Amino acid sequence: MIHKLDARRMFCPMPVIRTQDKIKELAVGDLLEVTSTDPGALSDIPAWCRINGHKVVDCREQDDEVIITVEVCSE
Amino acid sequence: MSHQAKAVALISGGLDSLLAAKVMLEQGVHVEGINFYTGFCVEGHTHAIRKQDKAKPKRNNALWSAEQLGIKLHIVDIVEEYKDVLLNPKHGYGANMNPCLDCKIFMVHKAQQWIEENGFDFIITGEVVGQRPMSQRKDTMPVVARESGAEDRLLRPLCAQNLPATLPEREGWVDRDRMYGFSGRNRKPQMALAKEFGFEDYAKPAGGCCFLTDESYSAKLVDLWDARGKREYEMDDIMLLKVGRHIRPRPHFKLIIGREEGENKFMQGYTKIYISLKTTSHAGPLTLLDGVANDDDLLLAARITARFSQGKGDEKVSVEVRRTNGEVTSLDVTPLPASEIPEAWYV
Repeated sequence: MIHKLDARRMFCPMPVIRTQDKIKELAVGDLLEVTSTDPGALSDIPAWCRINGHKVVDCREQDDEVIITVEVCSE
Repeated sequence: MSHQAKAVALISGGLDSLLAAKVMLEQGVHVEGINFYTGFCVEGHTHAIRKQDKAKPKRNNALWSAEQLGIKLHIVDIVEEYKDVLLNPKHGYGANMNPCLDCKIFMVHKAQQWIEENGFDFIITGEVVGQRPMSQRKDTMPVVARESGAEDRLLRPLCAQNLPATLPEREGWVDRDRMYGFSGRNRKPQMALAKEFGFEDYAKPAGGCCFLTDESYSAKLVDLWDARGKREYEMDDIMLLKVGRHIRPRPHFKLIIGREEGENKFMQGYTKIYISLKTTSHAGPLTLLDGVANDDDLLLAARITARFSQGKGDEKVSVEVRRTNGEVTSLDVTPLPASEIPEAWYV
């Protein structure tokens, strides 16, 4: 199941915190698409995923936004 | 040790917390990190605002530390709860608006709550006796343990040998002899230990991680409270204190003038909340007006905005004034000469 998280106009670490909190509500295998206007999210969300056992399946910049899709891989 | 102890480490992103957690990992302790976001953290968003910083890698050092350590990191938003710490610090402020002792007590208290909720045994910090003038003194470190409620479940591996034995030591979960007795402001022991562990690209030693220790930032915060006649703040306030030139030409309003493209772009997101001014005949900054302004005030604000545009030496500069309801007017103004902007206006 694909879920969306609007983290626009937030600056890191807030997009990371919102991602972390949202993933707690999701099931293993779910996808979360995070949209952020902070380019720092490009490094911070993947770093958070690496250390917490989740997988970044897509990471792209579109206009002035960063869109990162995360697969929930652990409880 | 038969019991694999579980500890949560306060990870700031600096060297000391990195080392403290590593020392515990070396002893076989299960460590997870916790990082608290107050809104005043230097980490994070401020790196993203200014265009001139774009050449630097955008790295959150707390996440980087956790990755080096191979541990989980829990980042906790304490922005709202932190207001009471800043506005009513029981132990007062440091050199600026930094309530360091109350802040440390609060964070350790939050960590104590976290270990109770998550079945962990104790808390680790990277504190070193005598390193900081408020929160890391021999007489205040017991205050942190006591007032946070952590008591002897608070372990400081980098200076444990200088302090009374804590519960993890007495229970044999950790070996006191394999911890350290660092003290004072000398950073060489930490740097040597970092080298021993193979940490190279760590955040600068003793680097401040909180805007409240910054004199200029603290002055802007006090000015904000003075102008509003009350000591309170919202997230937008503390974000905007980090960007632009702040000029207060009248007690009832202040101008925030972008210094470069990155700041102008960041401030653009606030144009529905604040009156904004932008030069249209010349390249120039975006200015936000915080407060109330009559027509004379707007004229002055436009002249100041023009002063910081590329038309500062010209006779006329056109400035667009956008109100929060979307209404736009245009003013043709003479830029205010630098000599007519008193030093006292700069916050």
